[in-house]
Amino acid sequence: MKLFEYMGKELFASYGIPVPEGGVVSAPEAAAGLTEKIGSVVVKSQILSGKRGKAGGIGFTDNPAEAVELAGRMLGSELRGFTVEKVLVEKKLKIDKEFYLAITVDGAARKPVILASSQGGMDIEEVPEEYIVKTLLDVTIGLSPFVAREVTRRLGVSGQVAKQIAAILGNLYRMFVELDAELVEINPLVISGEEVIAADAKVTIDDDSLFRHKELPVVEERTSAEKKAHELGLSYVELDGDIAVMANGAGITMATLDMIQYYGGEAANFLDAGGGAGVEQTAKALELLLSKNPKAILINIFGGITRCDDVANAFAIVKKNMDITVPVVIRLAGTNEDRGREILRENGVEAYKFMQDAAAKVVEIAGGRN
Amino acid sequence: MAIYINENTNVLVQGMTGNQGSFHTRQMVNYGTKIVAGVSPGKGGQDLDGIPVYDTVAAAAEKHRIDASILFVPAPFARDSAFEAIDGGAKVLVLLPEHIPLHDAMAIMAFARSRGTVIVGPNTFGVVSSGKCKIGIMPNQFFVPGDIGVISRSGTLCYEIVGNLTAAGYGTSTVVGLGGDRVVGLNFIEVLAEMEKDPETKAIVMLGEIGGSAEEEASLFIKENITKPVVAYLAGKSAPPGKRMGHAGAIIERGKGTFDGKVKALNSAGVPVAELPFQVPGLIAEALK
Repeated sequence: MKLFEYMGKELFASYGIPVPEGGVVSAPEAAAGLTEKIGSVVVKSQILSGKRGKAGGIGFTDNPAEAVELAGRMLGSELRGFTVEKVLVEKKLKIDKEFYLAITVDGAARKPVILASSQGGMDIEEVPEEYIVKTLLDVTIGLSPFVAREVTRRLGVSGQVAKQIAAILGNLYRMFVELDAELVEINPLVISGEEVIAADAKVTIDDDSLFRHKELPVVEERTSAEKKAHELGLSYVELDGDIAVMANGAGITMATLDMIQYYGGEAANFLDAGGGAGVEQTAKALELLLSKNPKAILINIFGGITRCDDVANAFAIVKKNMDITVPVVIRLAGTNEDRGREILRENGVEAYKFMQDAAAKVVEIAGGRN
Repeated sequence: MAIYINENTNVLVQGMTGNQGSFHTRQMVNYGTKIVAGVSPGKGGQDLDGIPVYDTVAAAAEKHRIDASILFVPAPFARDSAFEAIDGGAKVLVLLPEHIPLHDAMAIMAFARSRGTVIVGPNTFGVVSSGKCKIGIMPNQFFVPGDIGVISRSGTLCYEIVGNLTAAGYGTSTVVGLGGDRVVGLNFIEVLAEMEKDPETKAIVMLGEIGGSAEEEASLFIKENITKPVVAYLAGKSAPPGKRMGHAGAIIERGKGTFDGKVKALNSAGVPVAELPFQVPGLIAEALK
């Protein structure tokens, strides 16, 4: 779950990481008071995407009326595919130098990793490797102060600035662990005179840990269909094509989408129904697929623990109770496939044995690419 | 001699009395796995088809030699159960659950490393040395003995391809499900190294997917260390960047983990990549010529 910048900064502040003076508003008028109080401000659109500056989502002013106008222009507008619902009005910093500081998970090393750079302000992917200080952490000792001292030494900073960056790093790690974060990123970390301040905040919380973080705000990034699928325990992602897909298993679902593309079609979604697709689950999944008005539906089941006859029965029941208006292509293989095939045949559906044949067929029915 | 597990491996099942635990315990017993005990807190003294159930791993270990354990506990409790298995001396631990918190997975890996326990998963179907021992939830009928080693990041897709191999007359030596999460125990490199040494494995199939860098790192390793033929299939060619395709690890982020990058890396290590899953047996036949 990604958090908005203002949420990340509120968390930073609570973890002792300095952030600029400011406040978040959802009505333009509220920007006036803040600007009056702070003076020179930056007005930042709150969306779950970077590169806001280039898209016109960030503005500067020291005039309260102008701040209201800026906020008014941003609020409600579409920016990089998101609607701006809140803007952050905060003190414009005098920037002497910009650093990059983040802690994330290195999957290959199976450990947390600190990424730091003296070349802050730009995307870390654009920073040459030799300017990135990368330090793997051992979770059994955590971030011991010596690690932070070494990071600041390698960043080439000293004195008060080094001390402050080391302290920020310690607090950032505490936050990373306590909030079960996947990513805590400060870019840029601004050096302003003797002060070190987090000018931006990117925080992503591990979805699988949310059950133990009731204290955190809820940020919904999914579409309503994706949200519904999640509640049903289905793994669902909306895509741009017109062939709806349901399969059992993430890998085989991806492979099914790839095959549709291979034969010249485009999938409308990724839907992994998982193991043990019962009648109710199958029905709900089909309902979801139909709600997106696809040209055709492909169901690809490889029965392992999932039994093909169970899936066929579920489909037959759904077909009786629901008005399925688009062609459905089904592939069944594996456990009890003959029985499954028979059940489908009794219900007027001829199941395919191989997934490539089913994929080719559904693309043909949908009429290939638009 | 199979790798990781064999016909003499004594297996413990944690969470054996639950629905999934009891169903799959019976499936594993049917396959021939030596399940010696189960653990379900509060259920000590019961049994499942004569297999004794204990309250704790330590209690089970007092009565049985435990070589490996498999977890059927809900994700929020997996960390504690995994620690208990590692502390109890399991040398191989299969973590089936999906949705184990990332920080819990990192803690489990660190403790396992300090005790020398091999972790399979999380979010895996398990590991099987065909015809000898199955620790996992894969359907028994597809895993017949042979000389192809299979290493996979996904489950059903692996059954599909192992099914294709079986139909083409190729059985399997050992099949390892690495797991679909971002942080997993065994990786391609570690299993490739074992399969290289394993006299029962003649050729290796890698089933990868988009996201992460496991395939790229494996490619470098293959170039230097693997003499046996390796073929691959990768899922996710059509996946758009930034979208998690079911598995937590299957996401193209910041331009990393792309399909094309992985194919290029594998090809440069001499590993052919099948365009469609059913082409894998053909590539194996070609490689074994």
